[in-house]
Amino acid sequence: MKPTNIKDPEYFHKVVDCQYACPAHTPVPEYIRLIANKKYTEAYMVNWESNVFPGILGRTCDRPCEPACRRGRLEGEEGPEEPVAICRLKRVAADNRGEVKHLMPTIPEEKNGKKIALIGGGPASLTVARDLAPLGYELHLYDEWHKGGGMMRTQIPSFRLPEKVLDEEVNYITDMGVHTHYNHYVESMREILEADYDAVFVGTGAPNGRDLKLPGREEADKNVHIGINFLASVAFEHKDKIGKKVIILGGGNTAMDCCRTSRRLGGEEVTVVVRSPFKDMKASPWEIEDAQREDIPILNNMPPKSFVVEDGQLKGMWFGHVRAEYDENGKRKLIPTGEEDTFIEADDVIIAIGQDNAFPWIERDLGIEFGKWDVPVIDDVTFQSTLPKVFFGGDAAFGPENIITAAAHGHQAAISIDHYCQGIDVNARLAPTTNLVKQKMGIHEWMYDSPVVDDERFVVPHEDQAISLKDRKIEVELGFDLPTGFKEAQRCLNCDIQTVFSYDQCIECDACVDVCPTSCITFTTNGDEEDLRGRLSAPANNLDQPLYVSEELPTKRVMIKDEDVCLHCGLCAERCPTAAWDMQKYLYGVTKATKIL
Amino acid sequence: MSYIKPTFRHPSSTKNEAGFYRADYEGKISTLCAGCGHDSINASIVAACYEMNIEPHKVVKLSGIGCSSKAPAYYLDNSHGFNTVHGRMPSVATGANMANKDLTYLGVSGDGDSASIGIGQFVHVSRRNLNMVYIMMNNGCYGLTKGQDSATADVGSLSKSGSTNQFSPIDMVGLALELGATFVARSFSGDKTQLVPLIKAAMSHPGFAFIDVISPCVTFNNNKGSTKSYDFVRDHIEATSEFDFVPVKEEIAVEYAAGSQKTVTLHDGSHIQLSKLNPDWDPTDRSSALDKLQKAKTAGEILTGLLYIDPESDDLHSMLRTTDTPLNELSQDVLCPGSKILEEVNAGLR
Repeated sequence: MKPTNIKDPEYFHKVVDCQYACPAHTPVPEYIRLIANKKYTEAYMVNWESNVFPGILGRTCDRPCEPACRRGRLEGEEGPEEPVAICRLKRVAADNRGEVKHLMPTIPEEKNGKKIALIGGGPASLTVARDLAPLGYELHLYDEWHKGGGMMRTQIPSFRLPEKVLDEEVNYITDMGVHTHYNHYVESMREILEADYDAVFVGTGAPNGRDLKLPGREEADKNVHIGINFLASVAFEHKDKIGKKVIILGGGNTAMDCCRTSRRLGGEEVTVVVRSPFKDMKASPWEIEDAQREDIPILNNMPPKSFVVEDGQLKGMWFGHVRAEYDENGKRKLIPTGEEDTFIEADDVIIAIGQDNAFPWIERDLGIEFGKWDVPVIDDVTFQSTLPKVFFGGDAAFGPENIITAAAHGHQAAISIDHYCQGIDVNARLAPTTNLVKQKMGIHEWMYDSPVVDDERFVVPHEDQAISLKDRKIEVELGFDLPTGFKEAQRCLNCDIQTVFSYDQCIECDACVDVCPTSCITFTTNGDEEDLRGRLSAPANNLDQPLYVSEELPTKRVMIKDEDVCLHCGLCAERCPTAAWDMQKYLYGVTKATKIL
Repeated sequence: MSYIKPTFRHPSSTKNEAGFYRADYEGKISTLCAGCGHDSINASIVAACYEMNIEPHKVVKLSGIGCSSKAPAYYLDNSHGFNTVHGRMPSVATGANMANKDLTYLGVSGDGDSASIGIGQFVHVSRRNLNMVYIMMNNGCYGLTKGQDSATADVGSLSKSGSTNQFSPIDMVGLALELGATFVARSFSGDKTQLVPLIKAAMSHPGFAFIDVISPCVTFNNNKGSTKSYDFVRDHIEATSEFDFVPVKEEIAVEYAAGSQKTVTLHDGSHIQLSKLNPDWDPTDRSSALDKLQKAKTAGEILTGLLYIDPESDDLHSMLRTTDTPLNELSQDVLCPGSKILEEVNAGLR
């Protein structure tokens, strides 16, 4: 193999698994260390710079970082380790932060003369606004509801995300001099384009909940609800009651929110029914757990067949029984088992089987090209549509994702809009900022807590269920208290403290090989990657994780480090007589339209 | 301060046939100087014991005084240990061995501990063919007292302080051969592919197995001009053969052309396989080993590998016809059979 080019910003970035997996590339270990140091405000700002909604995401994020967490690849005494509770630590930072407004950018009184329309008041549009407002853009935000926040307000129930938390973080942005046009549903893109906007950003989400055409659907209509519409009408207090027996169709996070909301609106026998196997459910495991904890059974392998209506009143639904079979490509087929159909009684049924983009308000003759499935054709780097002044982001760009993805899109779209308005090529993107800093303080002393703790993941305490089920506005999760937050923060392996190897200082004494607790380091003759992976100190079978290969050493061997389960404990550097190994902190930052920190 | 070895190990680590993980053979984190050759020897001992499926509580680790002799703290935490008086490790090993022949005795010592204060002990344990592994961590200096030349320092070797050694070195390998040791080897701490199988073979050998391991003192004797530095040893190393230890159950895998390899079968049925054999040397012939050693010395080479083995070795127990049962398992009646038996014994001698 060729020597690893550690100057490539992406090499060490990939070693920081959590940050790499985060769509917005939030520097996770950096803010976790700040939490451990009780610097909650600073930890909040590191988040805010990157993901814009730390308090909201600390409660609701889909957490792509956690499955990526290196800790999850370790084996403890009691079996596999669980990842660090990254998401809930973010909440610790948000809940305990001090005053932050003075740390946010000041908005110039004098504007730069460019006017931007932001359609939809959700996370994508708000992120664009946050990034562009400090540059002097005049921003006009349109939303059909009376407050901003988009799906964060309409689709996430208050027992998961209190309104106060949401309002605060939405207001940080709208207070930056953004002109809000609430209660204003944009009906025509043509009208917007005919107004004097220099650029338009579309962040309208995926607003169409899918329906299910089954026998009896129309007759049952008054008791059949579409998941996201149901959640929105509850959020805006148009709906505060539901029948005692409720069926939720679907296995995603919306279904979980619907069933738990139903429990709070009078649903006593709430059942979730999914047509496929339990393990294929799209909902996050923790959301499934939370639903089950509220006595909501989840029945699987039961496709719905029909609605039963008697005397104009919904009585229940029939379900078939299937089992899943997978072909060699992993493609699933649901095969009827032949068991008798099951009838489940219901007063109300909520259909939460997915949602789609919809752009009925965009005329098709404006130069905005629509592709397959009637979604706009968008550049996946610049987020520009085929009409140069129109940009898309969030769910509106590539279909339903999540808040953190919307924020990531927003940052990139903001750069594109800025470039477009300033006459710079939108494809000219700046490289990320990187910083590699030595951590040595003295003998056995580093600037980070290098010892690896054995603690298992701490559980976030919950409100007493008797209380939380009574009122949909009472938050179920209570968040870590500070001592527990500290202990959970200490579980972080500090993967951003990189092991940097200087081949020209190495005397090949093997001290690092001998001390490495997880056998990551090998000195051997070079070979191709497949060959090398098989003959290291420990097999390097995780192909997602790179091998760090040095230049050739005096004995014609090379140093090879398998990054997979490196604990970043610093012992290789500690035991290195010549400082050929060094621990250096790598800070990777996605370049934004406005530099915040 | 942050000097704690994490408890996590590589997820692919498995138990050996004796039911232990490699971590079960490890010790405390080393407080030797960073880069000390001794740490590599410690790691080799851990690897050898794990791979040999030895139960940790069936090993006794012994040492004298010196950097080398504090090393047992860094391996085999679950084994018996005895840190003896300076140079007197062989006496304690002899006593322990006589009391219980069921354990594996693993002594480590340094060049000061063995070649100066303990040389008398070394001489006698060699000639008695005590069943033990004797590893001498040889760095050619007194590292613990800031690097004065030791008795194994070569003539002309330059110390870190700038003085040149004028005294002829004691070649402990040559001495062991002269004294009748039945397993004599030399290795280098920086060559685990050779050292680990050597330790395994030494543990299988029924008798005194001596391994002189050149182990650079990274702090006081790794300078230019030293003949025990990493660079010098790497430049002058000359292996007698490629060496492999084949445990009882495994088949010998590689076959080399006739005349270029030799297989030695040990008492327990395991094999030592020597390939790419040096033509003028037979590892079971003591005089050819001595000859080869002298020639290498003249040529300025550091000869490593297995130099001599006596496959017919009889250890001290079989020579003295001592009891097979460990003393701690013998009842009082057997150990002290009483005055009647004593009278019979005395009568037999009249």
